[in-house]
Amino acid sequence: MRTSASLSISRSSERMQGSTEKSRFRDARQDTIAAEVKGLSKVYNAGSARPYEALKNFHLSIHANEFFTLLGPSGCGKTTLLRILGGFETLSAGTCTIFGQDVSRLPPEARPVNTVFQQYALFPHMTVRRNIAFGLEMLGIARAETERTVERMLELVHMTEYADRKPETMSGGQRQRVALARALAPRPKLLLLDEPLSALDLKLRQKMRLELKALQRETGITFIFVTHDQEEALAMSDRIAVIDQGRLQQVGTPEEIYEHPESRFVADFIGESNLLDARVSGLIGGEATLTVEGFADIRTSIEWPLVVGQIVSLSIRPERLVMREAGKEACSGTARVVARTYLGNAVEYHLMAGSQTLTARAPRGGLRGLLDFAPGDEVGVGFEPGSIKVLLS
Amino acid sequence: MSNAPSSAMKTIKATARIGDIRAFAGFGAVSVGCLIFLYAPIVFLAAYSFNDGRSVSRWSGFSFRWYATVFGNENIQTAALNSVIIAIIAATVSTLLALGAAVATVNRRASGGEAAYLVLTFPLMVPEIVTAVASLVFFVAIGISLGFVTILMAHIVFCIPFAYLPIKARLEGLDASLPAAAADLYASPARAFARITLPLLVPGLLSGWLLAFIISLDDFIITALVAGPGATTLPLHIYGMLRLGMTPEVNAISTLMLGASTVLVLVSALIGKIGHKH
Repeated sequence: MRTSASLSISRSSERMQGSTEKSRFRDARQDTIAAEVKGLSKVYNAGSARPYEALKNFHLSIHANEFFTLLGPSGCGKTTLLRILGGFETLSAGTCTIFGQDVSRLPPEARPVNTVFQQYALFPHMTVRRNIAFGLEMLGIARAETERTVERMLELVHMTEYADRKPETMSGGQRQRVALARALAPRPKLLLLDEPLSALDLKLRQKMRLELKALQRETGITFIFVTHDQEEALAMSDRIAVIDQGRLQQVGTPEEIYEHPESRFVADFIGESNLLDARVSGLIGGEATLTVEGFADIRTSIEWPLVVGQIVSLSIRPERLVMREAGKEACSGTARVVARTYLGNAVEYHLMAGSQTLTARAPRGGLRGLLDFAPGDEVGVGFEPGSIKVLLS
Repeated sequence: MSNAPSSAMKTIKATARIGDIRAFAGFGAVSVGCLIFLYAPIVFLAAYSFNDGRSVSRWSGFSFRWYATVFGNENIQTAALNSVIIAIIAATVSTLLALGAAVATVNRRASGGEAAYLVLTFPLMVPEIVTAVASLVFFVAIGISLGFVTILMAHIVFCIPFAYLPIKARLEGLDASLPAAAADLYASPARAFARITLPLLVPGLLSGWLLAFIISLDDFIITALVAGPGATTLPLHIYGMLRLGMTPEVNAISTLMLGASTVLVLVSALIGKIGHKH
């Protein structure tokens, strides 16, 4: 394969077209807005000596029928946003609408929304059946219909045989299913899920991901899912909102978020990224020339306005960093292998290129997986076409 | 590899030995001494309630005659009935008031929560004679004549902190997301309280009620001061009997009271154990 530091323009425009087509399709199917927040702010301890702004001027639209994920590190404000949607937290400024209805000042019991709580919050003095029936009873649904719905929910989450057990006698995964059934039984317009998988072990978590996704498709209810686990978010979501320090960083499909991060934070938080400091050394037409210490100049298409001399960050995923035997093929730079880590399905190399550290990941047994390097080796480093993202520092 | 777990085990054992009070010399002797000091008088009292003679210190044969005397004594029965009625009413009213107080003060960060907690529990630290004198002076000052009603009022008041503590502890142990989940499932605050919070508080309410009941049943100092000339409770009556001379009849009443409160404490502990499982 040719290694080249320049990006092919045709490829990137191809992809752009692809994504517009996809989003047009999505818009036709889901043009109803399920939930919307506008200019939302949340300040804790307002008026005190140390006010804390958990959410800052937040705008977000969530489509009907969508599996939407709020993703960010702990303390970023994602749970606060979920709690505001559920009515458990008041908002300091802005509005919050659910299917067009302004719910900003409504208490939780007046909102067409149900929640799956992080620790499930099942009522310990009630059986599984009574837990699931609770919401329907409070809505005043007739007993016969309630019983039918409960049976259907029990089947939906495969808990029929546990219907008369108390929550305390069940495992985490089973409680999780009951919590889901209880929240889905009243057929809410929105289902809020507050890190519901975090209390489960890895195997169960992966299984529940698939079940949750299937449940969302089956029920057609809009899911808003909060997590700090980017892998979970990428695996399940139709769209993801990345949040950091109370600010919305980026909204997009998992692919858009992973392949086209718009900020250094998103590139760093979602998956792993090599971040290189670069200087804009030339601008010709729709392309910029970027100078990186220790590498040949890189040419790439521009997505936002740049000026000559500006310092930017380049982001490149470890799996898209190409390693070659030094001197044998043309590369954009050279590096020295510092460490080699065997990961089972891949090998990870830690590289030093000048003063910059890089991580490269090569699949084992892949088409090109025959090359292997040891610590101390000099290697040539190249970038796969289309793999470099320019981020404003 | 293989010695890692065993060395960890050794560390755990060593820690247990360091923390174990039994390692101190003379531990056994001191504990036996304490147990004798605590229980010998009670065993002695109970044993002599079955004495055939009039003495409370010289054994002259086994008999139930003093129990028969107790059950035949109308004054004792009136006093016992008074005590039980007062204890039931005082425990019930104070538990209800304490429930309200606990619900209101469970969030200590709420304005005045901490202050309310201190105000509610401070009476536990006030010397009882002070409370007794204060109650007496208060009743006289506002012109309520001393008797059954004043005893009842005083008992309700001093039982509140005793009922409050177990309810408050139970309420604090409740997962705060449970009422939130109820609200999320369309329950109004009142229904969420009735359907979720209250049923889960039952063990706390029962132990609060039992504690208040026992405290009320055996109160002497406050009752003695606010009772006035007419009304009497069982502890007051026993004290009166002692002034006329010790007979095993006093032992018999005391043993009956001991039996009653033991049963109550056992029931309370049992409820606590069941409640703890939730």
